Amino acid sequence: MSILTPAMQAAVGVDGEPRTTIVERGAIERFAAAIGDDNPAYPDVAPPTFLRSVGLAIPALPDSEAVPRVLDGGSEWTYGEPVRPGDAITFVTQMETLIEREGRMGSMLIATYVTRYTNQRGELAATQRNTLIRMPAA
Amino acid sequence: MNTQPYLDDAAVGTELPALVKEPTTRQLVMYAGASGDFYEIHYDKDFAAEQGLPGVILHGALKSAYLGQLVTGWVGAEGRLLSLSVRYREMDVPGDVLTCRGTVVERDEAAGSVRCDIWIENGAGVRTTTGEAVVALPSR
Repeated sequence: MSILTPAMQAAVGVDGEPRTTIVERGAIERFAAAIGDDNPAYPDVAPPTFLRSVGLAIPALPDSEAVPRVLDGGSEWTYGEPVRPGDAITFVTQMETLIEREGRMGSMLIATYVTRYTNQRGELAATQRNTLIRMPAA
Repeated sequence: MNTQPYLDDAAVGTELPALVKEPTTRQLVMYAGASGDFYEIHYDKDFAAEQGLPGVILHGALKSAYLGQLVTGWVGAEGRLLSLSVRYREMDVPGDVLTCRGTVVERDEAAGSVRCDIWIENGAGVRTTTGEAVVALPSR
């Protein structure tokens, strides 16, 4: 029996609600400290994966209660304008693809989410393509 | 920080200076707080065990951050990261010694950029995390 439902499939390609966050200098400092990166460029500019911290705009996956275990498969980032303290970053996410696969841990869903991050000038700061793996309960 | 590398310096086969990380559960809690990812598998041992995991595991995104540090630390103030792609192949756990490495695999003279294979090796020498980065480097 497939774990990929029609409601899940219908959510592919639909943008979530855009969100906007102001980038705080202290948030960059805490992020750099958490990853253990003492690059002197921080916090005047944000580390490459800092935008993970601005929050999630991933649209809810219908029927997701059947696949409660989630693993992060990886991310592909492309960079535009640097992110700096005071920037207002607007981000929107959509599920780009959703497939079912038999893996070494049983049936799983593999979803790719694309998030575009733009700054207050409308410039693209980054695009993140994130792969999430969802599995039924252990 | 390293001395500033230039495009001339980054021939195919050039190795990036290795970056050693020794993550602790404390660092996972710091990363949870700083990133807003509070999924319990990263700090609650009992919860992780119920999920069938060997214990708490590193956030994949923390490993991406390590590889981002590897590359941005190398390219210096005059270089620029254009793209960073990371795949989490195996789980990593606090207490292990992780070594981030990279090597230049392609140089595009016209674009002023190089492409690097990047990866994380765990203490057993397994490449748990792999990816690639494209960086712009200054010319002399």
